[in-house]
Amino acid sequence: MTSLTTPLTAAPHTQGPHDRIERIRGAAYRIRRNALDMGEVQGQGYIGQALGVADILALVYTDQLRYRPEDPHWPDRDRFLLSIGHYAIALYAALAEAGIIPAEELATYGSDDSRLPMSGMASYTPGMEISGGSLGHGLGVATGMALGLRHLGNPARVINLLSDGELDEGSTWEAAMACAHHGLDNVTAIVDVNALQADGPTAGVLRTEPVTDKWTAFGWHAVRVDGNDVGALVAAADEIREHRGSPSVLICDTRIGCGVPLLETREKAHFMRVDAHEWQIARDQLQEGAPR
Amino acid sequence: MNSGKKLTTSAMIASFADPGQRTASAPFGHALNRLAEERPEIVGLSADLAKYTDMHVFRDAHPDRFFQMGMAEQTLLGAAAGMAEVGLVPFASTYSVFATRRAYDFLCLDIAEPGLNVNVVGALPGLTTGYGPSHQATEDLAILRGCPNLTIVDPCDSVDIEQAVPALAAAPGPTYLRLLRGAVPTVLDEYDYRFELGKAAELRTGRDVVLISTGLMTMRALQAATRLEADHVDVAVLHVPTIKPLDTEAILRAARTDRLVVTLENHTVVGGLSESVASTLAFAGVPTRVVPIALPDEFLAAGALPTLHDRYGLSTDAIVAKVKAEFADAPHARRGPWLAEPAPATA
Repeated sequence: MTSLTTPLTAAPHTQGPHDRIERIRGAAYRIRRNALDMGEVQGQGYIGQALGVADILALVYTDQLRYRPEDPHWPDRDRFLLSIGHYAIALYAALAEAGIIPAEELATYGSDDSRLPMSGMASYTPGMEISGGSLGHGLGVATGMALGLRHLGNPARVINLLSDGELDEGSTWEAAMACAHHGLDNVTAIVDVNALQADGPTAGVLRTEPVTDKWTAFGWHAVRVDGNDVGALVAAADEIREHRGSPSVLICDTRIGCGVPLLETREKAHFMRVDAHEWQIARDQLQEGAPR
Repeated sequence: MNSGKKLTTSAMIASFADPGQRTASAPFGHALNRLAEERPEIVGLSADLAKYTDMHVFRDAHPDRFFQMGMAEQTLLGAAAGMAEVGLVPFASTYSVFATRRAYDFLCLDIAEPGLNVNVVGALPGLTTGYGPSHQATEDLAILRGCPNLTIVDPCDSVDIEQAVPALAAAPGPTYLRLLRGAVPTVLDEYDYRFELGKAAELRTGRDVVLISTGLMTMRALQAATRLEADHVDVAVLHVPTIKPLDTEAILRAARTDRLVVTLENHTVVGGLSESVASTLAFAGVPTRVVPIALPDEFLAAGALPTLHDRYGLSTDAIVAKVKAEFADAPHARRGPWLAEPAPATA
């Protein structure tokens, strides 16, 4: 395994729009690269989802969230809630990018006694706000955090990343109703629509489309973008940040394995198998497509 | 009961107070109000049942600190967890059946696993409504006892509730309170008693029988003890308001005698107080027989509460009859081997 990629230090916000997009793309590249290295340690895992969601996490952690890397419990921080615990591989890479955990620690992913277990847990990892994994929990907890922060006069935002599979859970829609009912414009849901869940394509497991119409009907301000188009993500995030009066949802169509053609074109699987010799090929392919 | 007119099920929440018994109105809601005056971080939530869990008293006094979550118990508990995550101390109320059966994953993973100070308040515990299994939380203790981190309290009366509410908020971790609501009997003020989280309290001493009871069954145990006294049976009552963590020391102390040991609970015989006491004795190597007075392992009938309490053995009459029969039947079988030469303690 090659050495882990070290994040850039604090990102200046005085850059122009092009610089901003390039900076996020650079972070997304390092998240993908680190996720591949972590996947190689395990020999398998949720690498497809990690590659698909890397651009979203890069946007969130290098452009959107307010946080203090040295103080993960800072009361005024924006909260990022990962419902989908198995996406932890990608979030760890993002936390390293954010300087919340050291990049060297990523090599311990999924090992005994590591702070970085396969499924994300708040008690293990600095910066991990909740223990996800049992799906359909994140948005309910986000509801309470947002109600509580507003009650306390704290302007922090609450962002919940959930998957399109989680839209099967009734609890997600309970919480969606509650956020809208209480006018929680400090909540942003991000739905990763990779159109795949454990038993196969979402369309065949339990149809969730039309996703945008559902959220709109539930009283949310809904924006749908290509979740692997950083420019589109930035524009949507800026628009959502200004929105007031109702919660917002950023619906992101993502491609499993994005950035690595070998995995992008592979038969889609929730838990992707990657042969030992393929990790280097994947890294090479990622580098070929890297932002310049 | 009456030979003529049959009793009716009446309202969803029937009072189990005896006719003429002293009661306090909505002790939970008023206790929460008093606590809220001292602690600004106290907030209340309910899932379309504020009015039926005495939370309306808090809602009306502190409308800015009450959060209506709608008929959505999963979000009720998830949101309560989120509020605790940002430093508030929530009390979240609904019926016990919904908090435990319907939303258990949220209680377990959002509240208990992170060890948050969320206080879940469940109304209609055990057999306190005649509406049938949809509303009778006969197995809530069995569901929750296996949940790590969770403190479980089954109060006897209004005194217990008034004293438990601040104690639950003061405890740093998650709690579950079996709520008695509406006109709640006031009983324990006649005893030298203070609620102490995690502690059992001996309300009466007695040489022949010890009743180890929790929740509203302590009230019945005290009534039964008085009745049995008239029949020259000397009955002790050990009240166990905290089901978890269990005061095993007090239970072992009470059971390490040659007295008849009887447990009383408003809960199925599976997984509640009786099995907690039995396992406590077995794990400590104490071979004392335990006589359980509890609900049967069945889905219970609908009907009027007094009828149902009689039928399922929770009424004072049923308790007296059961204790008398057990006491008369096997006075020697219950004696443990550590009393090789039993002292003639009983009359």
